[in-house]
Amino acid sequence: MASFAGFDMPIQYESIVTEHHACRTSAALFDVSHMGRLRFDGEGSEQLLDHLLTRRVNDLPIGGIRYSLMCNEEGGVLDDVLVSHLETPSQRRFHLLVVNASNREKIIQWITPHVADFPTVTMSDRTELTAMIAIQGPKAVEVTSRLFKVNVERLKRYRGVITEQFKKPVIVTRTGYTGEDGFELIVRAEEATRVWENLLLAGRAVGFKAAGLGARDTLRLEAAMPLYGHELSEQINPIEAGLAFACDLNDRNFIGDQALREITTNGPSRIRVGLVFDGKRPVREGCSVLDTDDKTVGYVTSGAPSPTLGRPIAMAMVESRLIDFESGTSKEELRIDNRGTVQPATTTALPFYRANR
Amino acid sequence: MSRSPSNLLYAKTHEWADVSAEDGGKVATIGISAFAIQQLTDLVYMDLPSVGSKVSAGEEFGEVESVKAVSPLYSPVDGEIIEVHGELPENLESLKGDPYDFGWIMKVRLTDESSLGKLLDHAAYEKQCSEEA
Repeated sequence: MASFAGFDMPIQYESIVTEHHACRTSAALFDVSHMGRLRFDGEGSEQLLDHLLTRRVNDLPIGGIRYSLMCNEEGGVLDDVLVSHLETPSQRRFHLLVVNASNREKIIQWITPHVADFPTVTMSDRTELTAMIAIQGPKAVEVTSRLFKVNVERLKRYRGVITEQFKKPVIVTRTGYTGEDGFELIVRAEEATRVWENLLLAGRAVGFKAAGLGARDTLRLEAAMPLYGHELSEQINPIEAGLAFACDLNDRNFIGDQALREITTNGPSRIRVGLVFDGKRPVREGCSVLDTDDKTVGYVTSGAPSPTLGRPIAMAMVESRLIDFESGTSKEELRIDNRGTVQPATTTALPFYRANR
Repeated sequence: MSRSPSNLLYAKTHEWADVSAEDGGKVATIGISAFAIQQLTDLVYMDLPSVGSKVSAGEEFGEVESVKAVSPLYSPVDGEIIEVHGELPENLESLKGDPYDFGWIMKVRLTDESSLGKLLDHAAYEKQCSEEA
């Protein structure tokens, strides 16, 4: 167990590699209750969120979910989030923002003065009242969908619905942080243990495993998903992080829009790249990326041995002049200073892994 | 030849030493205990030291890496490395089942036997482990 953003969480239940492989071959369960869940009710919620996020929200249909960034005026990333538009069975509509646990207080402080501009909107922090469980893997959907009242197998990627599981309300979204198919569920906190056990039981025969933070990290790294504090921070903008797809820059205004338009026009000075290595020695965050003259041209943002690829992988921020944006590969040879030993690095297009869907 | 954990000496940092007499001196074969290996899980890389280097009791002689972290290895003895187990880094998974035989890391010719007196016997080491767990 380790302390993570103020929560006591397991790094692993048995072994990071075992849990990782279970996710890629069967399914893995993750307790992600630590993530912040902010609910927005009332007329004007869409406009409020539209003003705060890089992604368009005012045309997000009911059931729709979008990955977005929240930026400051300079275009630096405050957090990466999922924004959803949901409707209860009694036809009450609201928006939900799922934020990183480590940024929850910061984001609440950031949004609060803006809520005051929209008197009909209320923001409520639902984190402590709810729990969130992710079930991810090729067998996740087929095994668990029969547990829900609504046929969630028909839910498309990045779509969500409010339904029931054994007569208790649950928000089911077809989202995840592993690169596999699956769901993320939001239930009332007091239901968490029961739901967790139901899911594990449902998948026991086909190899479902509980997975901790260790596997969560190796899985998201293989899927090239950014982690705040590594690939994203207030000193990093979405364009250089390779997340231009999550920025709707045309015909709208949001905090940071001017900065992002400029960066898009001029091109970012550095860019996120994928790196793979021979041998077995992991390359970890903080290692310098060097050019052939041993000059530092970047740094590693995340790195770990990839259980699926069987070799060390990493993501790094590298000077953009060295990178061909189309292919994501470097124009010249790059090396890594791995704690005193220099080793060759090969760039590769992201993601490192794609599930067969 | 099968090593029994109960015949070995241990450092507080979980390395074991199997000391034998050789050519008028003493040679210690060094490895890591089953307890440590169980704590480490998911080992992926090991850096072996070079033959001929000197080691000092309590000081780092190498590293082992798991998926999540780098762990230093400390020498239990003072001496000079005369042999390293070249096949081990490519076979780290075998450490789990066989930490005391195939799991040997290096052999050290002792230069100063006083370091042996600071090591724990099996009973004392087991006691330390049960307090740690």
